[in-house]
Amino acid sequence: MIPSDLHYTKEHEWVRVEGDVATVGITQHAADQLGDIVFVELPEPGKRLEQFATFGVVESVKAVSDLFAPVAGEVLEGNAGLATTPEVVNSDPYGAGWMLRVRLSDPAQVGQLLDPAAYEALTAEG
Amino acid sequence: MTEMPKRADGSRATPLLSRHEALGGRMIDFGGWRMPVQYTSILEEHRAVRQRAGIFDLSHMGELFVEGSEAAAALAGALVTDPPSLEVGRAHYSMICAPDGGVIDDLIVYRLARDRFLVVANASNAPVVSDALAERLDGKRAILDDRSLATALVAVQGPAARGILGPLTDVDLSTLRYYAIAEGNVAGIPALVARTGYTGEDGFEVFVDGAAAGELWDILVGAGAPAGMLPVGLGARDTLRLEAGMPLYGNELDRATTPFEAGLGRVVKLAKAGDFVGRDALARAAKAGPRRLLVGLVVRGRGIGRHGYPVWAGDRRTGAVTSGTQSPTLGVPIAMAYVAPGDAAMGTMLEVEVRDTRAVSEVVPLPFYSRAR
Repeated sequence: MIPSDLHYTKEHEWVRVEGDVATVGITQHAADQLGDIVFVELPEPGKRLEQFATFGVVESVKAVSDLFAPVAGEVLEGNAGLATTPEVVNSDPYGAGWMLRVRLSDPAQVGQLLDPAAYEALTAEG
Repeated sequence: MTEMPKRADGSRATPLLSRHEALGGRMIDFGGWRMPVQYTSILEEHRAVRQRAGIFDLSHMGELFVEGSEAAAALAGALVTDPPSLEVGRAHYSMICAPDGGVIDDLIVYRLARDRFLVVANASNAPVVSDALAERLDGKRAILDDRSLATALVAVQGPAARGILGPLTDVDLSTLRYYAIAEGNVAGIPALVARTGYTGEDGFEVFVDGAAAGELWDILVGAGAPAGMLPVGLGARDTLRLEAGMPLYGNELDRATTPFEAGLGRVVKLAKAGDFVGRDALARAAKAGPRRLLVGLVVRGRGIGRHGYPVWAGDRRTGAVTSGTQSPTLGVPIAMAYVAPGDAAMGTMLEVEVRDTRAVSEVVPLPFYSRAR
């Protein structure tokens, strides 16, 4: 199931907006496609992200994939737990598998993201 | 008529394709074949083989039978090993090289009878090996019968493999040695049963006629279920062989690589009787010493080295990664890489370039993993 309270990118990231802070992760669909995730590389706090630019890397046993920032802003925190237990991105991508907390520089950018129905349609196409 | 025809998209399917799809296998194209890369999880499948057992469809591999009164001698002239020295029922790891010493493919050669051999080639190279063997056997009393598309190969690998396969076969697995092969039946199906594999575990490879592959697979899957055996795709096959330090053609071996560079000089029998293709070039390469060497690396910093990533010794680029992953068994990133001979000593600290950083990596002995015996 695709959570109904999140916004999505075509590159399979999700974002949860609370005030001017966004929490970012990758979707269950993305995690399933990648397979067992064994490494996540995230930016340091303070780093400024551009919307839709790469912000990190996720690696499964077989493949390396870029991560794309759904929104512009300043990194407040990366999920430190992923350094030792990256597999929670597979098991709980919308919860314990979150990746970044970002202070939004332009909250209006959220309007450029996919809503749950649009993201579901995207993944249904394969 | 072949058992494994081309599909509409040009790829070939093994007789087990419908089984893989029914098991939820994620199918990819590999060497021109439609094959499962994983069923549930590469890590789960990897661990099943290390701890219990896994079953693999390897029907994409090439099976080349060579028969005739000069079969042994003809193979000695075609390959870098010495098949005439093999006892009947035994096998060895071999290679077929080009006249310039480059590796065309790595192979397993089984001696089935005094005048009958089975040469198993990698799927993507099988047509090239078949053509090269046919050319090299020309004029000898030896006939090449390429049964790649008619022969299915199913492997059962892991500590529980013997207990799963044993009750189903009249081949005595307790006396079948490592790198040995015997003819018999498995679940009543005529088969060749070999104690070989590509995982670093004890295990068996079962060759049957393609038409019987489905029946064999179903019986083995049923027999292995109580022991926790899982079907295993190419993803875990790759991580298993990498931990075991075994080369993969296209990564560690190719036409531009000699066996000596790959640390496989022992395979080349320069002292054997008679000439063989590549002999002069390989003799020169052996005398000159390798320009680069294959090493094992364990990343001590952060990052996973992948195929093609540069390897540095200080500010000097010493080579590149050929294969790398997070080792499921060891829990650290491992890689194989070609480096300058001076940087290949155990304990040497090198750096793998991972995107915009360099991950400190230590040269370690291969294999990364050896099973307890």
